[in-house]
Amino acid sequence: MQSAAVATEFEQDNPLIEGLERLPVRPTSLVIFGATGDLAHRKLLPALYNLAHEGALPERFELIGVARSEFTHDEFREEARQSIERFSRRQPDPKVLNGLLGEMRYVSGGFDSDQVYGELGDTLREFDQRASEPLNRVFYLSTAPQFFPVISGKLGDAGLSQCEQAETRIVIEKPFGYDLASAQQLNAQVLEVFDESQVFRIDHYLGKETVQNLMALRFANALFEPVWNRNFIDHVQITAAEDIGIGGRAGYYEGAGALRDLVQNHMMQLLALLTMEPPSSFDADRVRDEKLKVLESIVPPSPGDVASMTVRAQYGPGTVGGKRVTGYLEEEGVDPHSRTETYAALRLNVSNWRWAGVPVYLRTGKQLARKVTEIVVTLKPVPHLAFKNIGSIGVQPNQIILTVQPDEGVSVSLGAKIPGATMRIRPVNMEFRYGTSFLSESPEAYERLILDAMRGDATLFTRGDEIIALWRIIDPILQGWHADTESPIPQYQAGSAGPAEADALLEGDRRWRRL
Amino acid sequence: MSEDVWSAQDTNPDAIEAAMRELLRERHAANQGLAPARVLNLIVVVDRSWKGEIANRLERVGRYHASRTILCAVEESRDTLDAFVAMSYDERAGIGVIREQVEIDMGPEHLGALATIVDPIVIAEIPTVLWSPHGHEAAVEALVEMTDVMLIDSDDSPDPATGLERAEEELSSSYVVDLAWLRTTPWRERLAASFDSPGRRAMLASVDGFTVRHHVNSEASALLLAGWISSRLRWDIRPLESLNGSGLRGRAYTNNPRYVDIRLQPFEQDVPGLAGVTVAWQAGCTLSLDRALGGLRAHEYSPDRGGQEWLVLGGSRGEGGILGEGIRQAHLRDPTYAPALRAARELCPDGG
Repeated sequence: MQSAAVATEFEQDNPLIEGLERLPVRPTSLVIFGATGDLAHRKLLPALYNLAHEGALPERFELIGVARSEFTHDEFREEARQSIERFSRRQPDPKVLNGLLGEMRYVSGGFDSDQVYGELGDTLREFDQRASEPLNRVFYLSTAPQFFPVISGKLGDAGLSQCEQAETRIVIEKPFGYDLASAQQLNAQVLEVFDESQVFRIDHYLGKETVQNLMALRFANALFEPVWNRNFIDHVQITAAEDIGIGGRAGYYEGAGALRDLVQNHMMQLLALLTMEPPSSFDADRVRDEKLKVLESIVPPSPGDVASMTVRAQYGPGTVGGKRVTGYLEEEGVDPHSRTETYAALRLNVSNWRWAGVPVYLRTGKQLARKVTEIVVTLKPVPHLAFKNIGSIGVQPNQIILTVQPDEGVSVSLGAKIPGATMRIRPVNMEFRYGTSFLSESPEAYERLILDAMRGDATLFTRGDEIIALWRIIDPILQGWHADTESPIPQYQAGSAGPAEADALLEGDRRWRRL
Repeated sequence: MSEDVWSAQDTNPDAIEAAMRELLRERHAANQGLAPARVLNLIVVVDRSWKGEIANRLERVGRYHASRTILCAVEESRDTLDAFVAMSYDERAGIGVIREQVEIDMGPEHLGALATIVDPIVIAEIPTVLWSPHGHEAAVEALVEMTDVMLIDSDDSPDPATGLERAEEELSSSYVVDLAWLRTTPWRERLAASFDSPGRRAMLASVDGFTVRHHVNSEASALLLAGWISSRLRWDIRPLESLNGSGLRGRAYTNNPRYVDIRLQPFEQDVPGLAGVTVAWQAGCTLSLDRALGGLRAHEYSPDRGGQEWLVLGGSRGEGGILGEGIRQAHLRDPTYAPALRAARELCPDGG
């Protein structure tokens, strides 16, 4: 009897995992759709190699690439090897690399071809047979977005969306939808085949350590949370500035623009994490419930407000990093009359008890003065100033600055006395940098997210209702901009901080933080 | 990497500390993008003749360098302190991190008062790790008060029982990171993964054999792995018996009237650590994991399904990587080491 009780206890909890940093991942077959694409080559395959090197992949791990290009298994293995050797964050160990790629398979064909899914199903079953158990299945959709519904539908038709005695999951890259209606439609199409618990909508920003650290900063420090509200915070700025143009991506960018490319996903996720209420636990759904609640508290701009709450612009010719660059309209592949924005700035209000009256400003753009992604929380000025400002910059409101890239860290600006006989104050910074405070730099976001998807932990993935809430905020802006076919699109000089029109979004004495 | 250096003969801790402050001030004035790392102090006490080798090992730790490493090299008949300070940094990055290394040559008579030499030089308010690979008990005793984490290697002891006994003693005064324990990490992870599915977990109650194959000098690691599984599965363990150079063997008893056959077998291999592990359960089922090119070769056998083999991927960390992992572990707390260590000591022949 005692033995049966012990067996039952072990069935419920694995006694061997206590104390392990790396929790087990169930044996898995990972299928990458779009395996010959840029993302797969630059990010996914190198991330998988690094997971393999660290012994983090499941004990049984099978990899299948699916794409339209005609390759044999060996040709694809060679392609993958070259990508990993070129883009991996560590020099690959040939023995591990051979182990990872040796059994990798490639299925070629169109994503709407029944033959592809037949061959895929055969290969997956072969892997299951070889393991003498059904392996979990993860389908990673790293394709152009128009194929997302096609692939999920075909997986359902082929009976690959479920597997007895094993979990099946689908990871969908961004962009999830083109606007609110298309996101709703895509959600519905995917959820016709997969249950929400099987769907992992990826936004790689959420895999970044600094983004996760935002939650640690807020909820693990008594210092910040008491002031994290309308009583102490004057305003918030979220910036995602790039110092490069569109490169060779005119085809994608002309249809997307800055608002869809960065604001709707990455920047709004930062906003949600910054403003959400503390979750009761860090379970996937508890965190996502809180993000959803705060996103639903953001009132989308009405059609009449779009002009006063948003700014769009395009970069003109200029100089970036000492090099002359052309304007957006002169870029190869761009319509010379294009109205696609390369810069977007908006003012949003979170209409809830905590944040009422605190404006949140977001801006993103290409060909700006500097590459930086940061959140700046500016506190209200002190209520009474006993010091004189003569002979100094004077007392400035405190700022809490969370930098996501290129340097990951947090800094807090404080007023400090300038050494000398008189009481003169100037701002100084208290800095925390990942490199100086931890023994190593952060791991790649994709490594974390791929592992989480295989493990079934959806905390860092976007839930379906969250996606819809995000689009509900962005959609009226897109519609307003689309309807306005007459007003000239402001231009900003490449290498500058953006268009002057964006300054008008900030009320009173507020200024954009210098790039 | 660039480096700023300072050195002095017949010097003292105040002068060393002042020199470091000045180096930092000068570097920061020249490049405000550089900031000193403030994560971990590592104090290493070594024989002077092995200083170069230990310094090389510290160079190979990979990503996990201490912020400030203080290498105390003990030389017979020396009665003065000579010091060398190096601050290394990468100026290419926008914001860079400075790491500091201090080497102090000293004599054996300095060790009793080593705290008075080292205390002014460590960075205050961050964890301090002490590693004394060549013994130097006087140094360890002198520094125990200021040490948060003791880095040891139970495999370094002439016999495993002594190594494990010392580990348990150290555990009473500070947190212990044992490199012998870290050599078992991939094996513990893989065993946990192998028995993670609900069906497999139930099999843990019917384990009746556990064999560890190990490098001849890594018996402590093997005992720790056996101690770990014994403590996790709550086996009633007894001292193993020596097989006269062919390893150790014995029995552990489980809750039902049944026993587990435990074997520790020396295995010829070039690198220290474990070579393989075999778990047997329920009527002849076995799972073996053995070192192989590119990871671990898994071999599973069951009477009804026969045998099958596959590769579990993973790169070797090497001894440099294990030391780096030891430094990293100084920031973490593993609740399973102490019970595994106690069980490993119980498994030592004649009570260890």
